[in-house]
Amino acid sequence: MTYEISIDGTNYRLELTQIEGRWTCRLDGREIEVDAVLARPDVISLRLGNKAFEVKCERAGTDLHLWVGSVRYEAEVRDPRSLRSRARAIDDRGPRKLTAPMPGKVVRILLREGAEVDAGTGVMVVEAMKMQNEVKSPKKGKIQKIVVREGAAVNAGDVLGIVE
Amino acid sequence: MFKKILIANRGEIAVRVIRACHEMRISAVAVYSDVDRASLHVRKADEAYPIGPAAAKESYLNIDKIISVAKQSAADAIHPGYGFLSENAQFARACADAGVKFIGPTAAAMDAMGSKTRARQAMEKAGVPFVPGTSRGLDSFEQAQTVAERIGYPVMLKAAAGGGGKGMRLVHSPDELKSSLEGAQSEAERAFGDGEVYLEQAIVNPRHIEMQVLADEHGNTVYLGERECSLQRRHQKVVEEAPSPIVDPDMRRRMGQTAVRVAQSAGYTNAGTVEFLVDEQKNFYFLEMNTRLQVEHPVTELITGLDLVHLQIHIANGEPLPFRQEDVNIRGHAIECRIYAEDPDNNYFPSPGKITLLLAPSGPGIRRDSGMYEGWTVPMDYDPLLAKLIGYGTDRAQAIGRLQRALNEYFVGGIKTNISLFRRILSDQDFEAGKIDTGFLDRLLKRTKQADAHPDPGAEEAAVIAAGMFAMMGQAAAGPLERAAMDSPQNVISAHSNWKAAARRETLK
Repeated sequence: MTYEISIDGTNYRLELTQIEGRWTCRLDGREIEVDAVLARPDVISLRLGNKAFEVKCERAGTDLHLWVGSVRYEAEVRDPRSLRSRARAIDDRGPRKLTAPMPGKVVRILLREGAEVDAGTGVMVVEAMKMQNEVKSPKKGKIQKIVVREGAAVNAGDVLGIVE
Repeated sequence: MFKKILIANRGEIAVRVIRACHEMRISAVAVYSDVDRASLHVRKADEAYPIGPAAAKESYLNIDKIISVAKQSAADAIHPGYGFLSENAQFARACADAGVKFIGPTAAAMDAMGSKTRARQAMEKAGVPFVPGTSRGLDSFEQAQTVAERIGYPVMLKAAAGGGGKGMRLVHSPDELKSSLEGAQSEAERAFGDGEVYLEQAIVNPRHIEMQVLADEHGNTVYLGERECSLQRRHQKVVEEAPSPIVDPDMRRRMGQTAVRVAQSAGYTNAGTVEFLVDEQKNFYFLEMNTRLQVEHPVTELITGLDLVHLQIHIANGEPLPFRQEDVNIRGHAIECRIYAEDPDNNYFPSPGKITLLLAPSGPGIRRDSGMYEGWTVPMDYDPLLAKLIGYGTDRAQAIGRLQRALNEYFVGGIKTNISLFRRILSDQDFEAGKIDTGFLDRLLKRTKQADAHPDPGAEEAAVIAAGMFAMMGQAAAGPLERAAMDSPQNVISAHSNWKAAARRETLK
C-alpha cells in the first residue's frame, strides 16, 4: 500500500508491505527497517532499527492522532487511489461547518442565519460541566444555516451550522 | 462496627470510600443519578440505588432521597465524600433524625465553620491569628472605605458563605472599591443566596498551606501535618504536596497546635482541615476550616502511613483515636496531580466524552485514585475530576521523578485531559526549587508553551509509519468501541495480510 501522510504541513509518501509477519517500509523513497507488534487495539510497539517506540492512536473522524511518548501528531492519511480523499481536499475551500467542540447543551444562539461574520466571531454558546464555551466561526463569511435550537443536546463534532 | 455504609457521592471519592468499606468488611451502598448508571462507583458497590435525574439538585443534593435510600437499604452510616452534601449541616441533622450516623462533624460544628465571618469571630475569641480585616459583613460602602484605608491597599473582598473563588475580588486602589464591592455582593448573592461580603488585607502571592486534623468523640484532637496547596488555577487546587517545602518542624508544630485550637473551639469531631495563608515572612493566618475529607487527603496518608477514611469510620463508630500526637511521624514526600477532563488547547474547558483507550501507570511510589475506566463516557453534568495521580518518594526530588515517569505512562484516549499541564509544572525550575505561591500557575500559563527542546528525531517518523499501519489494518487495530463509529468506507482500507487476522485474534483474547 502507498499512502500520502501529512503531519503539521509536512507531507510524506509511505510505502508499506507486509508479508508473513515481516514489514518492508519506504519513507519518501528511503528504505527503513521496521518491526511492529500490535500490543493491543490502538497501541503499536514499533522498532525502527533497534530504536523502540510505543505509538498510541486516537481516531477523530478521518484523521488519526498518533501519540509517541507525550507528543501528539495529527496525521491526515490519504490513499492516493481513493477519489474520495481528493474530493475532500476541494471541499475545504467551500462552505465550512460549525461543529460542537464538546458534548453539551446549546444554551444561546448569538447570531441569526444570514449574519455576516469574521473568522473567530462567536455564533453560539455550548455549555458542559457548568462551563460555557463559545462556538466561533471558522472563516469570514455569512451564516448560511443554523441547524440546532437553543436547549438542544449535542455531541462533540455534531454540525451546528454552516458558514459560507 | 457498622455493617453497611451508604456513600452519598460519585466519582473517584465514592470509589475510594467503597474500597475502605470493603477493607473493613463493611458492605457499601452506592447511589447514582440517571447518567451515572455505568459509573465505576456503581460497579464497585454491593448495592446501588437510583436517586433521580442528572441535575445534582435532584439527585446527589437531594437530602430526602438519600435518607430514604439509607432507610430502605438499612445502612448504619453515611459517608458524604467531598462536595455535594459533605458540608451541609441540614443533611447532618437529617441523618441524625433518621438514626443514621453521619461520618463527619456534628451539624453544630459545621454551622460554626460554615460562615467565614462567624468562623473569624470564633477564632478571634480563641486567639488564632487571621488576616487583618472585618470579622462581620460590610454594612455599607462607606464602612468598606474606612476599613480599607485603615488596613491599607491592596485589599481582598470575600463572600462570607463563599468558596471556590466566587464572590471574591482583589482591590488595588480606592477607585476600584465601589464597583468591586457591588460585583462581589451580587456574585455572592447569585452563587450562595447570601450577599454578605467582608474585607481583609490582601496578601500578595501568598502560599496556601493547610493542616489536617483528626478529632475523636472523646475530646482527643491531633494534627497530621500540612499540605502545600499553592498551585491553583481560578482558586481551584491543581497540585498538592506534603510536607510543604517551606515548613520546618517548629513551624509545623505551631501551625498544628493552632489548627487543633481551631478545631477544639468549634467542638469539632472527625476529619477536618484548617487552611492558612502564609506570607513571604512565613507568618501564617487562619483562612477557613473545611469540615470534610479533602480531595488531596492521599498525600497526608502517604507521608503518615495512616488511612484517613478508615480512621473517619472508626471515629464515627465512637472509638477513641488509636494513637497520640507524639506517635505521628512524617516520612518521605508525596505529590498529587488532579487529572481533569479538560482541553489544554482550549483554555482548559471541560472535555467530557467516551474514553476509547486507557493506559494507567503503576510501579514504585505511585498511587492512583480513579473514577474512570476504558469505555466509560464521562458525563457532562459534574465536576470534571477523573482521577488523582499521587507520587511518593523518600524525598521531594524522588517523588517528582516518579510522578514524571508515571505521567509519561498515563494515557487517556478519546477525551482531552490536563495531563500535559503536569509535565510542564513538574519540569519547571521554580517548582523543582519549591518556589511556589498562588500566582505560580497563572504565571506559568501566561508563558508561551515551549515545544520540547529536543524532540526525539525518530518520533515523527515513527508517527508516520504507525499512521500508515493503523490505516492499513483498518478496523482490526481499532478498539472495539471505535469500530461502530468507523463505518465510513474510507476507513475500511482492505488489508490483505495475515497480520490483520492475527490482530483480530489478539483483540478477542
